[in-house]
Amino acid sequence: MSKLERPSKRKLTESRPIEAEAGVIEQADGSARFKIGDTEAYAAVYGPRELHPRFLQDPKKGVLRCNYNMMPFSGDGSRVRPGPSRRSKEISMVTEKALLPVIDLTDYPNTVVDVYIDLPQTDAGSRCAGICAASMALADAGLKMKDMVAAVAVGKVRGEIIVDLDGAEEHMDENEGTDIPVGLVPSTDEITLLQMDGKISKEEFINAIEMVKPALREIANKQREALKSKYNIEPAGERK
Amino acid sequence: MNQEMKEHIRQSLKKGKRLDGRGLEDVREVTIETGFLSTAEGSARVKFGNAEVLAGVKLAVEKPYPDTPEDGVLMVNAELLPLSNPKFESGPPSIQSIETARVIDRGIRESKTVDTKKLCMVKGESVWSMAIDIVPINYDGNLIDMGGLAGIAALKTTRFPTRLEDGTVDYHKPTDQKIELNNFPIPVTVCKVGDVFIVDPTDEEEKAVDARLTITTLDENTICALQKGGDAPLKSEDIKKMVDIAFKTAKKMRDLLAKVN
Repeated sequence: MSKLERPSKRKLTESRPIEAEAGVIEQADGSARFKIGDTEAYAAVYGPRELHPRFLQDPKKGVLRCNYNMMPFSGDGSRVRPGPSRRSKEISMVTEKALLPVIDLTDYPNTVVDVYIDLPQTDAGSRCAGICAASMALADAGLKMKDMVAAVAVGKVRGEIIVDLDGAEEHMDENEGTDIPVGLVPSTDEITLLQMDGKISKEEFINAIEMVKPALREIANKQREALKSKYNIEPAGERK
Repeated sequence: MNQEMKEHIRQSLKKGKRLDGRGLEDVREVTIETGFLSTAEGSARVKFGNAEVLAGVKLAVEKPYPDTPEDGVLMVNAELLPLSNPKFESGPPSIQSIETARVIDRGIRESKTVDTKKLCMVKGESVWSMAIDIVPINYDGNLIDMGGLAGIAALKTTRFPTRLEDGTVDYHKPTDQKIELNNFPIPVTVCKVGDVFIVDPTDEEEKAVDARLTITTLDENTICALQKGGDAPLKSEDIKKMVDIAFKTAKKMRDLLAKVN
């Protein structure tokens, strides 16, 4: 097996440095910032609030609506044109599906909970960072949840399974690598986000899903710490 | 907004009091942070109290417009993210976002802050285009002033990426080359509420404003752009007072901007 040296000198299962912060947007009902390496996501929750047009309402429960958006200067390369794209719409949809299993909106029929995810800078793994931030923002909003979803990518580059691919790794060997974003509910060990592009064998795939779990649990801890420290009076002036 | 709240704000202002305890011409605590985004050629975060705005500069090599074959392209855009305030919605740009971008754009363009001729590489063929995007993270009023300050701070810290032989750009190789700035346009919006004038309105205060005037200044004596807004008219005396307040406020901003590198 070829030994891969990661451009960032990380170990194979090591994720990039993480910053997590809750309650960063005063106007929102709940908010968070999640940064992993040079990929950074803000998430804001508004609601439950009235849902228009009315035919979208669900009389049994509130509707979760996610919106993933890259800021114009957040792309690796040239400017990203503002407004929804096919890519951003699909990511918004998988984000919704990743979060739905942990959130209970049965107390809020006919309403919507809007989750806005905006990224000021990206270096691969942006949907995962968005889901991490969104989970924290929903919890910060005080909504009924059974857990927070932790998400990170695992992949195969030059024959090695590696955790949390950065942009340099994704583009290695003319994008020959395999990229698998995974979202996990840590308490139940359920997977709520799973996508892949690239090629991988059955054994390697099963192996990859197991290899990424320690990193996901580490992210879950960071998310919890951030929410707890928001209500911690001690380190005053710490929040930016 | 409910009428009682609006009336309360107006009555307090009449007595010289603001809801957050500031004086009429006080700006919230201003902080400017720059160069923290890895994907932008220039970036700035401006906070007025808890209100927060980001500005990012992206550079690209493009073909110039046919009527200005020797000029680089300058563009200012504002995205009023629904993330930043419950009143913003997804969809096509609102009139507020268009006005914000155009007023900031005017300040930079009309003052010739950037000599667009110097952004030309091959006449009629390739020029640098410069996009300044203004994005509120937490919208709490006064976006034009905050965005204008963030935009100019981002420009001040912008570094050109490497231009390759084939005319494309390697964004992963920033150079030391900065954009030459001839001046620093600072927009200050002065608002008239009843008979009093305030600067740096919060989101709530903005809803009680009768008229506003954005005055963009370059130094202690030069105005380079104006925009009147709001439903009420302004008298000449009002305008005189508003201009004075704008110059005073802009000086404070310019002092803070001088520390940005």
